[in-house]
Amino acid sequence: MNEIAVQTSSVCKGFGEGEARTEVLKEVNFEARMGELLMLVGPSGCGKTTLLSVIAGTLGVDRGEVDVFNSSLHALGKRAVTQFRAANIGFIFQQYNLIPTLDCVENVSVPLRIQGQKAAVADKKAAAMLETVGLGKRMHHRPNMLSGGQQQRVAIARALVHDPRLIICDEPTAALDSENGTKVMELLRGVAARPDRCVIVVTHDNRIFKYADRMTHMEDGRIDHTDTKENNALEHN
Amino acid sequence: MLNLALKMLLGDKAKYIMLISGLTFAALLMTEQAAIFCGIMQWCGSTLDNVGAPIWVVDPMVEQVNDTEAMRDTDVGRVRSVEGVAWAAPLYQGNLRTHMRDGSFKFVQLIGIDATTFAGAPRDIIQGRLDDLRLPNTVILDEYGSKKLSHDPAKPIGLGETFEINDREARVVGICKTRMSFSGNPYLFTTYDQAVQYAPSTRKMLSCVLAGAAPGQDPAQVARRINQATGLKAYTKNEFFWLSIWWYIKNTGIPVAFGATVVLGFVVGLAISSQTFYSFVLENLRNLGALKAMGASDGILARMIMLQTFTVGLIGYGCGVGLATVFGLIVLKKGMPPFFLPWQLPLITLAAILFICWLAASLGIRKIRNLEPAIVFRG
Repeated sequence: MNEIAVQTSSVCKGFGEGEARTEVLKEVNFEARMGELLMLVGPSGCGKTTLLSVIAGTLGVDRGEVDVFNSSLHALGKRAVTQFRAANIGFIFQQYNLIPTLDCVENVSVPLRIQGQKAAVADKKAAAMLETVGLGKRMHHRPNMLSGGQQQRVAIARALVHDPRLIICDEPTAALDSENGTKVMELLRGVAARPDRCVIVVTHDNRIFKYADRMTHMEDGRIDHTDTKENNALEHN
Repeated sequence: MLNLALKMLLGDKAKYIMLISGLTFAALLMTEQAAIFCGIMQWCGSTLDNVGAPIWVVDPMVEQVNDTEAMRDTDVGRVRSVEGVAWAAPLYQGNLRTHMRDGSFKFVQLIGIDATTFAGAPRDIIQGRLDDLRLPNTVILDEYGSKKLSHDPAKPIGLGETFEINDREARVVGICKTRMSFSGNPYLFTTYDQAVQYAPSTRKMLSCVLAGAAPGQDPAQVARRINQATGLKAYTKNEFFWLSIWWYIKNTGIPVAFGATVVLGFVVGLAISSQTFYSFVLENLRNLGALKAMGASDGILARMIMLQTFTVGLIGYGCGVGLATVFGLIVLKKGMPPFFLPWQLPLITLAAILFICWLAASLGIRKIRNLEPAIVFRG
């Protein structure tokens, strides 16, 4: 069994005050391991995105523990969490979130520049990563000159360029057609998934379930069950 | 990250141009209107520059240089006798009407100077000779007047031409350069004796006594001594200039009118820049949230925003002050409206523009500081 990358213990998170308060995460115990591509699935409003935000350290918890690579994320100060994210986590968003006024190389180089790397070095690494995701000829195109699939590939390059140990993907294929969705997932499987890395994908898209090593189902703010290849449950999805 | 911040700014051309335009407009309005105000204030004291005397002695009730009370001719001798005074000379000043040969008439600012010493004579005579002023019925006209008094401004009045003041002939023997008067009337120089002939006769005709301090004497100290010894009021040129300026500031609506326009420029610049920059931040909120999620600290994002605002601020400032300067160069050639741009003015405008930028940046930074990076996970 691989080393644990992410573990949450009895995590609770709610929003609002008084009668309007909604408990979104209820005693969530979750784990993801190194070397696996884990999918987090469930109906809308079940708390997948909130759990993802908590794991990424972009949202605090009300109760419980969140350990990422053996660091208790929410015991760290705000600045330390920010630095931890910059060094260890790559993000792929549903809406890509590429900066429209920057070209592909500049967009991909952002995580390196946040870490303080010099522009020339960052751009060189970004260009190499764009080659890896098959966009070597689109380096100086702006996002609005690319298709949705290409934009998501740029986002994948941006998520990987600083070689993070955890990749967090929020509905990476939701805005893509079937063909592009498949390409993106194959890319994620081929480039992102490595023994020394953990990939967590939140998705609704049952077309891509086949790419998962494990699939954790959420229901009403709780982890319902986890399907694994070992128990062949993935085959039925 | 900072050069990416600039690319983010420059990439949104519409907002960039809007920001630059707003700040340019603000800088232009503040600098230009303040410079016109300074120009008007300079005109208020232009007689002091055109009649260059270190000490001015006037009636004690006089409040400003353009409104003097006549004194007795004997006051010249009283001033001359005060210790430390090297020389003292009479001066007449008044607004008189000239009648041209073609029947037209114009007001002039007549300056009568001492025929012996020529104390207070124009310094920059571009045609003719000062000595010719000792000839009867002669005047030296300023360059502006040579055009204004002429029927055809393309053919300015030249040497030897004549007109009438109070039915007396005045023959032009010189043309000089002067600073424009507050009233807009041309300066006309003649001797004191000739001036009192031109002017309507009153019991007392002496407007001021011009004086100079003896070598090694401080003009301010000499002026105090004149005050004590004569009961008249003596000022150094600088003191009289500021006394006059403050009189205009306190007793006219000029500062309010120009001050309101300067404030308007500031407010318009502030409103346009803050609103545009804030909407720029709002539109980029998801991207900024993504940067924050990826590990960009509040400090990095604040520096990016500061760089963006101060970049547009400095460009807008440069354009605004540049346009104000071009405006100044054009109007100075034509002589209207008044324009004076002291070095302090661009610095004050710079401070105002930087304040606007700081305020606009603060709004954006505040928004970003409160921004939850988790926003990027919400579809």
